[in-house]
Amino acid sequence: MSMAQQAGPAVGKPPAPGPKQTDGRTTRRPLVLRLLARPEVGVFLGAVAVLVFFEIAAPSVRQGSSMATVLYQSSTIGIMALPVALLMIGGEFDLSAGVAVITSALTASMFSYQLTMNVWVGVIVALVVSLAVGAFNGWMVVKTGLPSFLVTLGTFLILQGVNLAVTKLVTGNVATDDISDMDGFGQAKKVFASSFDVAGVEVKITVVWWLVFAAIATWVLLRTRYGNWIFAVGGNKESARAVGVPVKFTKISLFMLVGFGAWFVGMHQLFSFNTVQSGEGVGQELIYIAAAVIGGCLLTGGYGSAIGPVFGAFMFGMVNQGIVYAGWNPDWFKAFLGVMLLGAVLINLWVQRTATRR
Amino acid sequence: MDRSSHSRSRRLAPFVAVAAAAALTLAGCSSSSGGKKAEEGGSNASAGKADTPRMTVALVTHQSPGDTFWDIVRKGAEAAAAKDNIKLVYSADPNAGNQANLVQNAVDQKVDGIAVTLAKPDAMKGVIGKATAAGIPVVGLNSGVSDWKKLGLLEFFGQDESVAGEAFGKKLDEVGAKKAVCVIQEQGNVGLTQRCDGMKKTFSGTTETLYVNGTDMPSVKSTITAKLKQDNSIDYVVALGAPYALTAVQSVSDAGSKAKVATFDLNKQLTGAIKNGTIQFAVDQQPYLQGYLAVDSLWLYKNNGNYSGGGEQPVLTGPAFVDKSNVDQVARFAAKGTR
Repeated sequence: MSMAQQAGPAVGKPPAPGPKQTDGRTTRRPLVLRLLARPEVGVFLGAVAVLVFFEIAAPSVRQGSSMATVLYQSSTIGIMALPVALLMIGGEFDLSAGVAVITSALTASMFSYQLTMNVWVGVIVALVVSLAVGAFNGWMVVKTGLPSFLVTLGTFLILQGVNLAVTKLVTGNVATDDISDMDGFGQAKKVFASSFDVAGVEVKITVVWWLVFAAIATWVLLRTRYGNWIFAVGGNKESARAVGVPVKFTKISLFMLVGFGAWFVGMHQLFSFNTVQSGEGVGQELIYIAAAVIGGCLLTGGYGSAIGPVFGAFMFGMVNQGIVYAGWNPDWFKAFLGVMLLGAVLINLWVQRTATRR
Repeated sequence: MDRSSHSRSRRLAPFVAVAAAAALTLAGCSSSSGGKKAEEGGSNASAGKADTPRMTVALVTHQSPGDTFWDIVRKGAEAAAAKDNIKLVYSADPNAGNQANLVQNAVDQKVDGIAVTLAKPDAMKGVIGKATAAGIPVVGLNSGVSDWKKLGLLEFFGQDESVAGEAFGKKLDEVGAKKAVCVIQEQGNVGLTQRCDGMKKTFSGTTETLYVNGTDMPSVKSTITAKLKQDNSIDYVVALGAPYALTAVQSVSDAGSKAKVATFDLNKQLTGAIKNGTIQFAVDQQPYLQGYLAVDSLWLYKNNGNYSGGGEQPVLTGPAFVDKSNVDQVARFAAKGTR
């Protein structure tokens, strides 16, 4: 529980002036160190380092529109990294998150196309399906006590197969039909996949949603009882239960939150690209998890923040696009990506260690 | 906390959602445009049926799940199988070792013929040897145009990726391109690299390569956008698969670039894009033909001892160019998912 308290709402309050009343046993550590010990600060510095690096190495990054592209890439990872991070703080993780995005998009597309419905009907059905997948994951984990690695690996494979087989069965092809001429598409596109102009720079709406969700997640985590429950079930399930935290409810709802994220990103993909190939999404789950871990969430649970994964996703997007902006030899692309991410994580780790050393 | 009320509301939630969906349905939420209703009931071309004895053919590819291209290959193979009174056993795995196991599986089943793709020829050598030793005729399709003879295959149907790339490069010269970026959606795929290399060979302008993550469309989109912003002299984006080409069109508009888009391979949406001019042209290797001919050739071999290409030359199914001038004719078939 001590970990949980550390990540509690103590956002850098300046030390109170006036006479210090200490008995010498506990000394308040300097503000800088206390700040550095927060889970998101290491990744923040890592993200700044990566940003500055590419501002220097790649001249075209300096344009506002380039930053919009970087933020767009980050947002599609970041929106999913948020619930994945909360789930991780709650002590579980979800390998099915990548294909769940595609499941949701396929459901919405096929439901509205095959029945010739307003696309909003498909969108709502997809939400129900996504939440149900999350609930199933959570329920299985809670009921059986199996590691979430196993349970969600099972769901991952099931969804991958179902995505392909059902799409083929329903549409006769392995991709969905184009729904862009159907009723409601324009509205839905406005919500999930539009863009707007800020000082001549076209910004994608997903960036706004990403930041809004991050703000909500931060508030929930730090200011609500539910937020405390998340830290509690991830820190120590038994003692959490002993003090009256509804462990099952918390865990199942966290998995459902991941379902919600998958639905949202799935809708973005559908309304942004009009059709969906059923084989997409594989491998994305690791990127979401990576963004959360880089963002300071512990793989073992009980520790982390919602703002950290925002920087984690940003760092991933920045490195990914920065390499292209820099025009480096693309054969080395993945190697560059790996080296830069590892480097950023090491900075993160070093900052944490230095800050928490007594 | 109040446990009972909580669990009640939780139990209710899905029902509320389903009821809401049902209510929406009843409230006349049907779409007045598009959708299944607008789809034309295209009648499938059905040829006559062979009355030769039933035979079994295994088609083993390196398809990764859910790829539109391979779906078309499979449809061609199924059409030939239906016509020839063949039982078609289809299996696929992108991992070379697993694909070899699937061929072994077909040998164990004592099928009457095997059609196989050679994306990684060395890995397939052993099992193909076993198949020929067991007296099963093996033909190749799609990938492996330079290896099929060495491995003792009877015949080969496909596109020489280098030749296709070279044709693409010449076409780029024709349309007056100066600088092209070749977008590879799968780093390390030999066939895709050959396309870009072939293009580089004949194209008199400059060619750059760009790798994107093919399983994540938003990432594909932003990576191409980034490339176009980094280098605004690029005037042609070359995609190596239909879905990526359609995404590239969005990247071009996001980047505010004037670049045009052309691609390898076709699908239903892509023919529409060629029609309305957002995509300039596509090189089609006719995957339906590859699947169809591979299966049909095994029937011909068994029943009449024929082999296409005389066992010496591959049978090329591409490159066939599709552009505004002939897209209408192709679109009819693409709409059914067979072109």
